[in-house]
Formats: sequence, structure tokens, C-alpha cells
Amino acid sequence: MTAISVDFASAPVLPKWLVPVLLLAVAYGVVPLIGSSYLFEAILLPFLALSLAGVGLNILTGYAGQVSLGSAAFMAAGAFAAYNFNLRVEGLPLIGSIFLAGIVAAAIGIVFGLPSLRLKGFYLAVSTLAAQFFVQWALTKFSWFSNNSASGVIDAPRLSISGFALDGAIGRYLFALTVVTVLTFLAHRLVSSQTGRNFIAIRDNETAARIIGIPVLKTKLLAFAISSFIIGVAGVIWAFAYLRTVEPDGFDLDRSFQILFIIIIGGLASIRGAFFGAALIVVFPLALSRLGVFLLGDLFDSGVLDMSQRIVLGALIILFLILEPDGLVALWDRVRRRLLFAWQST
Amino acid sequence: MTFLSTIKAAALSAAMIVSVALPAAHADEQYFPLQSYRVGPYAAGGTGFFGGFIDYLNLINIRDGGVNGVKLTWDECETQYEVERGVECYERQKSHAGAAAWNPLSVGIAYAMIDRITADKVPLITVNHGRTDSTDGRVFPYVFPLLLNPYSETSGIVNYIASKEGGIDKLKGKKIVVLYHGSPYGKETIPIYELLAQKYGFTVQQIEVPHPGNEQQSQWLTIRRAKPDFVVLRGWGVMNPVALKTAVKVGYPVDHIVGNVWSNSEEDVIPAGDAAKGYTAITTQASGNSYPVVQEIVKTVYDAGKGNLEDKSRIGSVYHNLGIVNGILNVEAIRVAQEKFGHRTLTGDEVRWGFEHLKLDPAKVEALGAKDLFHSINVSWDNHEGEGYVTFQQWDGKKWNVVSDWIAPDWALLRPIIEKSAEAYAAEKGIRLRTADDADAVTTN
Repeated sequence: MTAISVDFASAPVLPKWLVPVLLLAVAYGVVPLIGSSYLFEAILLPFLALSLAGVGLNILTGYAGQVSLGSAAFMAAGAFAAYNFNLRVEGLPLIGSIFLAGIVAAAIGIVFGLPSLRLKGFYLAVSTLAAQFFVQWALTKFSWFSNNSASGVIDAPRLSISGFALDGAIGRYLFALTVVTVLTFLAHRLVSSQTGRNFIAIRDNETAARIIGIPVLKTKLLAFAISSFIIGVAGVIWAFAYLRTVEPDGFDLDRSFQILFIIIIGGLASIRGAFFGAALIVVFPLALSRLGVFLLGDLFDSGVLDMSQRIVLGALIILFLILEPDGLVALWDRVRRRLLFAWQST
Repeated sequence: MTFLSTIKAAALSAAMIVSVALPAAHADEQYFPLQSYRVGPYAAGGTGFFGGFIDYLNLINIRDGGVNGVKLTWDECETQYEVERGVECYERQKSHAGAAAWNPLSVGIAYAMIDRITADKVPLITVNHGRTDSTDGRVFPYVFPLLLNPYSETSGIVNYIASKEGGIDKLKGKKIVVLYHGSPYGKETIPIYELLAQKYGFTVQQIEVPHPGNEQQSQWLTIRRAKPDFVVLRGWGVMNPVALKTAVKVGYPVDHIVGNVWSNSEEDVIPAGDAAKGYTAITTQASGNSYPVVQEIVKTVYDAGKGNLEDKSRIGSVYHNLGIVNGILNVEAIRVAQEKFGHRTLTGDEVRWGFEHLKLDPAKVEALGAKDLFHSINVSWDNHEGEGYVTFQQWDGKKWNVVSDWIAPDWALLRPIIEKSAEAYAAEKGIRLRTADDADAVTTN
């Protein structure tokens, strides 16, 4: 596990808020002007949804040390809850149904977080699998959740905020970006607060945390609740803003693993890590696939190409984890320090 | 490897990707974006279907030089049957000019594409599957569940059982068990079986098999106790061979099991071995390679070394023939549209018009070399399924043999249910119902 914050003592050149503000300025001001629909629909929207899910899981796994394999279930709970609130509660604004969806996901998170009071590590991971299977099963079994739709696949409702339609690619992107920004900011504040320190204390040594007076039970459940809330909202973005359709199959165990890999590759216990990891998981396979099609598309069919991409991707991830076990965040900070050092010494 | 050199390499490859220029469309090309799946759990279906589709497009290019001189082009994007990969492929391939129609062969991907293709005005073909209410062209102008939607399939199966029993009135008092896959797909036809049971006076018992279905002992013991006259197998993947094997184990006669359209391929019966002998399943396209069009594909495409299937013994298999029939339907829709709009690269909306006037009677089907391969199709602006007929094939341990006539589902009975569902969708989404005049307004550039 990594420490709570990376030591920037050697490079105190830029104020800490500058980079995020610049990034946001580009994301809001420049990207919508120059981006193509491919950029929004195929890269940025899944990136934002998975980043947010990564932020959520990082609070639970990276900061509070509770391993979970149920992330996709919480995403599904959020997506279906938002769909149902939107459908069944007259006049509820979109933001309201998203918030309530997060609450529902948090409640389910608390229920499936209860075993964490007794179980640790792999055993807890296995018990969160129960959430994964139960939620998917329940959503398929009871067609009430999908409004008795014949095929069980439901269409996302129109996105609009106070009458302002956000159905276009750019509108959905800005909507997702805003939700992700707000929640990421709150998550950032949370992990540097007393609660965040409590999470870390429990992760590092539960007995010691109990002795210094941290309510272990309450704190663990709080971590589950907050994490599930964020992941649930990520599920809403995934379904409403990105795919525009909701089906239980899309939230399977593979998705849970994907989110876990995002935070491991990006960097545990780091808010930025989720974004780095999601960028790698979303963009890298696409880049590899387009490169493969470009170079070898005429020689092999798409199946062979896809198989070889998997081999390359897997090998690169293994190589990368050996070279940099602390994740992309650590790599990034090292590169940055070196560049700054080189700049200062000239 | 230092990190700086890693970054350099990454930047280099990024630059290469950016420089991938999309090939410019020539004046006389019609492009098919193929969101295929040759990897993953459904690769058997994907390679067969897309193999057949590509083989037919190749046949048209090699034998006829394209459709009235317009060459057919395509490229493949691997989806692995996953929705988000399908969406990425859509966004990737849609920038290619001259796209005729989308054929993802995946319900999940098709659902995610409905809003997008409607905005882009390019038809989405879901042959033999898809969203039932997209049959209603008033609400879904660009979606075509050609030949057979899930409701028609249900009605076709019940009509077949009736013909086995000696007439629709003989269904009274009979008992049918539906063994369905525990998924949205499996549950889709539950209300239709209930409806038909009520109408024809048979009793129906519907039993769920949880995904993936590799253990069905308790379900088949229930079936043995219920002693039904027929069992309908609405399965998927591994569930199908396991069902057949377990049926033999509990002593239920396999020739009284009728499979649906996703339980009808060689991949569903071969793993069951001898247990599958006598099993019957529905299909819209007969299997085998004796049909003239399949023979021409062997002669013109495979003998020239341009065949798409690696394993030539799969030529004429269920999925391969479905791909060929799908190729025929797509190409003929383009031909119909070309007669109206000119022999040139058509817009997606023009091809949509072509699909809405796609009428192939049995004589025309015979002229295309597909007599007995499939029956006919009659698509209109408000009926996007096109009244496909179904037939039934029995597995003899080595191959499928057709054992029934072409059977018509009870479209008139199903239409009001479909319209109701489509109208509910239209109300939810704020869609204005399209009229015949709207259907004739075509975007030509």
C-alpha cells in the first residue's frame, strides 16, 4: 500500500490546485470545441464513468483497505435505481434520481459490507462476490426492475436538466464531466479529512486504530457506503450518458475486475490513480486495436488480431506492474520530478 | 528500458495511430460496417454468421462485379459480443462513407445503437432476433428485425406442435413445458406462451434454467413428473447440449423437444452426441449446402481461395446459411433502393427505403438461387419484420434434415401486442408516430 500523499518537497514549484484547474479548463473549454463524436462516445464517456467507479473503489480498497469484487453490482444498482426513480416518481429532476440512486447503492453497499466486520482480505473479496451475483440475479429475476420490458434491456431516459436537453454527445459529456468533477472533489476532501485518516488507520492496523478510539465498525460501513454511493453514480453515468441502455449483463464480474485493475494499475490510495488507470484501461486497448488493424488488418481477420492484442496487453500490464508496482501515479510523479529537476538545473 | 524511452515509444505509437487515415470512399462503393465477433463465448455463431455474410458479398463482387456495378466493401471490428465494444466499433466505423446497414447480431449492441442509428439515419438489421416491438416501423424507422422476431418465433413453434398433433384444435388439453434460459432473452416470450395457451386451450408450464445452465437435473425431474406432450427448449450456449443429455438421462423422448432459434445450430447438438438424435428445432433458413446459391459460393468464392470460413465443413451450417440469407436480404434491399435512386452509392436513408420495399416472393427467391433455403420476405414501411416463414429441422446425429413445410406464425394475433409495446415506447421517448408519407421522405445526401 502507498502512503496517503506523495512527498512533493523536492518540487514545490506549482501550487497544488493549478493542475486540476488547468485540466478542467481544457475539459470544459477546449475539448467540446475540438472533439469528434468518436472522442466523446468511445473514449471520454467510458473513461469518465470508469474513473468515477475507480475513485469509489479506491476509497474502499485503497484507503480503507477492504477488497471488493462487487463494484459492478453497485454500478448496476445505481443504474437501475436511477431508471426506476426517474420512471416512477413524477416530477423528480434528473439530479434527484441520480442522488437517490447513489443512496440505494450505498444502502446495498452497507448490507454487503457487513461481513467485513469479521472477514479480511481474500475472504472479504469472496464475500463481496455475493453482491455481484445477487444483484445481477435479482435484476434479471424480477422484471419489475426493468419495468416489465419484454427483453429486460431498457432504454435510458432523455437527459435534461431544468428543461435543457443534454442528449447530444457533447451534452452527455459535459453532464458526465460535471458529475465526475463534483464527486471527485468531494472524495478528495473526504480522504484528507479526519474520516479519511480513520480509513487509513483501519487499513494499516485495525487493532491500533481501535485502541486510539476509532469506531472500526462504523468507519468500515461508512467506507462501504461512500464507496458504493460513488460507484452507483458511476453506474448511472455508464448507463445513461455512455451506453444509453441498461442491461444487467453489462454489469458482470468482468466489469468488477476491470475496476479493480484500474485502481491497481493507476495506484492504490490515490484519487488521481483512478483516472490514470481508467485512461490506460480505456485508451490503451483501443490504440492497440487501431494500430493492429492499421498495420495488419489486411493479413489477418479481426479475431486473430484481437487475440494478439490481448497477449500484448497482458504482457505489458505484467511488465508494467513489475517495473512500477505503485501504479501509474508513482510513475507520473517520478517523471515529473525528474523533468522539474532537469528544468531547475538548467 | 528507461521511462523516458517508454514515453518516447508511447508518443511514437500514438502518432502512428493519429496518422491512420480513413480510406476515402470511391464514388461507386457501398460499405458494410461489420461489428463481428470471432473471439469470446459466442465466437462459433459469430464466425459462421459473418463468414456467410462476407461470402455472399464476395460472391456478388466476383460474379456480378457488385450490385449494378457498385462494388460492396466492408471491414470488421471485433466486439466479442460486448455492448461497449460494439458502441466503440459503431463510432469507429460510422465515419466511413457510404455505410449501407449495420448488422451486429447482438441484442445488447443493437439496443445501444437504436438512438445512434436513428440520429444518423442508417438502417440497423437484427435478422431473426432483436427487439420485438421494433417490428413496428411507425416507431422504429431504422430498425429491422427481419424474417423473425421473438414473438413470431413462439407462434411458429406452437403452430408446428399443432401440425404434429393434427391441427390447431387438437392443442386443447395438451401440455407444453417451456425450458428457458434465465436471462432477459429467455424470459422475453413468457407472456406470449401464456397468451397462446389461453387462446388454444393447452396448459403451459415455464421453467427457468439459471445461466449458464450446466446443471439441469432438478428441472428435468420436474418435467418428468409433469409428463408434458412437448418441451420447448429456449436455451443458449452450453444450456442446450446439457438439456438434451439430461432429457435422455431422465427418459424424456428427445423427438418431443423443440428448440428455438438460438438452440438450433450444430454447435448446440454436436456436444450432446447421441443424445441429440431426433431433436427438432425451428429455423428461418434451412441448412445444408445443396442450394444453388451455396453451391455458387463454394465454386466462385471458396474454389478461388477467398472463402471466409477456415473450416470448410462448416459451409452450409445453420449460422453460415443465416449469414448468406442475411447477405441476400441486404444486397436485395440495396438493389431495390438503386432502382429508385440510381445505380450509385446510396445514403443510409435510401437503403432504409430499400428495406421498406424489400419484397421477395418465392419465385424471386428461387431466381436468387435460394429456393427452400428461405421462404420469402415482405417488408413494408410499418412492418419491419416482413412476414418470414419458419421451418423445422431434425438432427440425425450428423446433419439437420428439414421435417416440416414452411409454417406461418400468427402475425395478426401478435400485431396488436407489438403495436401496444411500440406505442408505449414512443410515448416514453416522445416519438411522433411515423406515417406512410414520412416513410417516403428520403434523405438523399
